Amino acid sequence: MNIWLVMIIGGLITFGMRFSLIYLFGRLEIPETMRKALHYVPPAVLSAIIIPELLIRDGVLDVSLGNTRLLAGIVAIITAWFSRSTLLTILVGMAALFVLQWLG
Amino acid sequence: MSEARRNFIEGVRAEVPLLIGVFPFGMIYGALALNAGLSNAAAQMMSSIVFAGSAQFITAQLVHDNTPALVIILTITVVNLRHMLYSASLAPYLKDLSLRWKVLLSYLLTDEAYAPSILHYEKEGLQTHKHWFLLGAGFSLWFNWQVSTAIGIFLGAAIPESWSLDFALPLTFIAMVVPVLKKQPMIAAALSAGFTAILAYNLPFKLGLILAALVGIAVGTILEGRK
Repeated sequence: MNIWLVMIIGGLITFGMRFSLIYLFGRLEIPETMRKALHYVPPAVLSAIIIPELLIRDGVLDVSLGNTRLLAGIVAIITAWFSRSTLLTILVGMAALFVLQWLG
Repeated sequence: MSEARRNFIEGVRAEVPLLIGVFPFGMIYGALALNAGLSNAAAQMMSSIVFAGSAQFITAQLVHDNTPALVIILTITVVNLRHMLYSASLAPYLKDLSLRWKVLLSYLLTDEAYAPSILHYEKEGLQTHKHWFLLGAGFSLWFNWQVSTAIGIFLGAAIPESWSLDFALPLTFIAMVVPVLKKQPMIAAALSAGFTAILAYNLPFKLGLILAALVGIAVGTILEGRK
């Protein structure tokens, strides 16, 4: 995989979407369904990354107490829920992983 | 002071509170991108070529997971689709500008430049030098993002691999997603996407990610429609 090609194409597409309706003003409208659907992009994409990252270790599903990333992830989810702070969530989650790996 | 310059400075000023929040985020991105396996140059250049925070974090994660190029590009596209909404919403205020201005302002159109600008435009209405406000907000954010990325790369290079810093990426995503899980359709979107991602994990080319995202988006949209 060529990271530069990914960045350039991804960047061009991103620019194209930012430019699209500024350029096409009055000639194109965003359909209502798409407006609605866009709200669900962040939770859908991010969860699709997070959940396998926590539950799958070395290609196999691992829902056990030996899965330190799953346990640390749960600690982070609880932290994020109560604190709503990005920095605190990362710090507490990393600290939990260190402690769990050290205990294990 | 000229009217254009006054508007530019007003835009910068409106952006300052956001810059404070974005700066550590840029540093985290720089450090994590390096840890995910990007070169210094690629990590830095992504901040100006793609210039979209969450898409950059996700790209770093997907590069780390050896995801095929096409799937990464598709994911960037889905994640950045929301910019079309910003583009639509600002279009009436920018319609009389030259093509060069439209290109420049589109490049600078991020979540953080959009938010203060649309509030300002809705309050002040159409005025001759209004685009300078968006330029001030957008450019100060751009500059801040480049510098914070560079500092993050510099610091990230000093962090040993044994620290499992790659785990900070999913943690960043947890911090982004958990606070938006307030209403039922949002929670359902997240859970169904996560569940599909597990079921479809072994699909070739990591297409399970795209499938899971689409399932989550569809579930959320359908549930909202039924209410």
